[in-house]
Amino acid sequence: MAIDFSLTEGSKIAQEHYHNVAVEEMRPISQKYDVGEHQLPVEWVDYWWNEGRKGPKEKSGEPNDGFITICLQAEELCWGDAGLYLRMPTPALGGSAVTATGTKEQKKRFMSAFREEGGHPIWGAMAITEPQAGSDAAAIETTADFDPETEEWILNGTKIFCTAGEGASQVDGGFIVVWATIDKSAGRGGIKSFVVMANTPGMELIGCEKKLGIRASDTATLRFDNCRVPKENLLGSAEVRKKGPTQSGDKGFKGAMATFDASRPIVAAMATGVGRAALDFLIEELARQGIEIRYDTPPRELTAIERDVIEMEADLQAARLLTWRAAWMMNKGRRNNLEASMAKAKAGLAVTKITQKTLQILGPVGYSKKLLVEKWMRDAKINDIFEGTQQINQLIVARRILDYPSAMLR
Amino acid sequence: MIDFEPTEEQALIIETVHQFAENEIRPVCREADESGVPPSSVLEAAHELGLVANAFPEAQGGGGERSAVTGVLIAEELAWGDMAIALAILSPGLLGFPLIDFGSEAQRDEVLPALMEGGFVPGSLAIVEPRFDFDVYHPQTIAKADGDKILLDGVKCQVPWLEGGHHVIVIAATTETRNREESAGMAAFLVPREIEGLTVAPESMMGLGGLPTVELTLSGVAIPKSARLDAQDADIRRMIDRGRVALAATGLGTARASFEVALDYAKQRETFGQPIATRQAIAFMLADMAIEIDGARLLIWEAAAALDRGEDATRLARLASSQTARIALQVTDGAVQVFGGHGYIRDYLPELHLRNVAGLTSFEALTLI
Repeated sequence: MAIDFSLTEGSKIAQEHYHNVAVEEMRPISQKYDVGEHQLPVEWVDYWWNEGRKGPKEKSGEPNDGFITICLQAEELCWGDAGLYLRMPTPALGGSAVTATGTKEQKKRFMSAFREEGGHPIWGAMAITEPQAGSDAAAIETTADFDPETEEWILNGTKIFCTAGEGASQVDGGFIVVWATIDKSAGRGGIKSFVVMANTPGMELIGCEKKLGIRASDTATLRFDNCRVPKENLLGSAEVRKKGPTQSGDKGFKGAMATFDASRPIVAAMATGVGRAALDFLIEELARQGIEIRYDTPPRELTAIERDVIEMEADLQAARLLTWRAAWMMNKGRRNNLEASMAKAKAGLAVTKITQKTLQILGPVGYSKKLLVEKWMRDAKINDIFEGTQQINQLIVARRILDYPSAMLR
Repeated sequence: MIDFEPTEEQALIIETVHQFAENEIRPVCREADESGVPPSSVLEAAHELGLVANAFPEAQGGGGERSAVTGVLIAEELAWGDMAIALAILSPGLLGFPLIDFGSEAQRDEVLPALMEGGFVPGSLAIVEPRFDFDVYHPQTIAKADGDKILLDGVKCQVPWLEGGHHVIVIAATTETRNREESAGMAAFLVPREIEGLTVAPESMMGLGGLPTVELTLSGVAIPKSARLDAQDADIRRMIDRGRVALAATGLGTARASFEVALDYAKQRETFGQPIATRQAIAFMLADMAIEIDGARLLIWEAAAALDRGEDATRLARLASSQTARIALQVTDGAVQVFGGHGYIRDYLPELHLRNVAGLTSFEALTLI
């Protein structure tokens, strides 16, 4: 192969298709569900369930760029609206976890409902974070105890910040992948993930968070009170491997963490979409005012705004290419833990800055709720926080480049 | 299809050039910077590798494998050894590539074979001018027709001027305009180094000590009309794009070198009983360097790929070069910081890296691909 930056036909078709979806289905209701926080965006959910999930009609076997094409979808749809993207009826991160660590039987059992025609919209989700454990996932306190009589796992604990947690916990057919420890003394080695089907007795939706942005997304708090799940819903093995304090745990935890290697490039792509929404709008608005960005003019001649825009464009493009590289490595079956974190760290910070700068350049109009600019700034910030904060991703990158185990650098 | 894998041939070139940079360039980079000249043995050895000649046309004895992508891969590795020596090694391209693209057959036959046969022969390109308000697209060096001659008048700076060269390509305006909206009618001229009216004064710059450069004064330099290359304003703009992408690759190689020495140092140097790399203040700085280096590299590759496809690459070249200039400064300054007091001492490399990349915003076409 050779270094190549041209998208395949299939990717171009997907890119154009999802851009049109963003323009026609998402942007018109973007403000409505930002203001109407916690309302179900019925038009969008129904559209996605009935039409959207089928993908572009004209794809007909054109080759695509695999995981990069999925990143393109995330970028285009988040260019449309990041909150609505997170409210799509899909298996989401729950699906990533099942795909990454589930057996063939489990994949079929949990995922097939998402592919069936008709029916009603359903959601998947993943619940990791707890009030006292976010980035430090190994410190989670939700427990899973095995009941040999019924061969069930009994979950107890509270999960917060569960994206799509309302839909996934309340609508039959959906599921939530819940992280819990089966042996606290084993540290991260005792952490396992369990699939909890929607409306399982003992799982209670406490409520949804009121957030800075992505307000269309249902960020749920869930309580598990003697919530019983069959043993077949454990992802991976129940074996606990205890290791010394400097060892980095067992396959179960690593397998669960591997979910992030797939999800971080997607989050980076989502970030790129929000950042591009702001930057596209800014460049168009400047053009309306007769200001064209001059890429061939000496820096000294450029206006401050032109210099800002060029820097924003370069940062956005660097983020996009780092994302594509991480996705391309997945296509190749290569370990992309370092590259996924690089993309996520770069994209999260880049779009945080890009959307803030866009708002500032556009002045009072940018700050006004008449436009979506201020919303994009609020929406963008989540990308620097969820799926590993900026700092967690810096930590992962640092450990990898230094070749340090986690005990050496915390 | 999107792909980030160099070809097998490119991978082999990277490996070869990296070994050369490690074994031949890096050990002499400090000496070259202090003495102001690159060791001729290194230039000769690099010439033997045929890194530039390989991109020249077969008709004139080259390898006929010109690729901007391959060019940036080579430039990064060479500059990882040392940016100044890398630019010296690649200098034949400053003369060769414009002649390949726009030279007459006579000009090519006169100049190109000498760049490939025998020993190392450097090239020179005069484009930058020593003014605060310098605009690369509107040179104040003027070319005027005078009967069957052309007269060149003006002053150029940052002109690579290694020993043993015979020609310099001079970029000049054919219309006297200071209006940015109008084309200056840029043109390129092949000028012998030894000609009446041309005087050189050796320069001394903050960095790139290992690359001899001169300020070039042209006072009524009379050259035949045939000395003009068949390049229009738009062609020279494209050449400037090529220069920006190539130069960015050398800045990237320098930044990577700085990052790597800082990483090694941080794992060895201890404070309070632990390597400083175990402190987040240092580790996160290193992580950011790694991320920005990889991001800039992909921007450079994308711009180079656009050049190879023959597309308008002005925007991508600008994004790649301005981003690299910015992050190279961040990385090399960060490396000085990681080294602490030692970073400020000329026994260690980071201060050399910092001085070398500080000029990236003022350089133009100091190397070509």
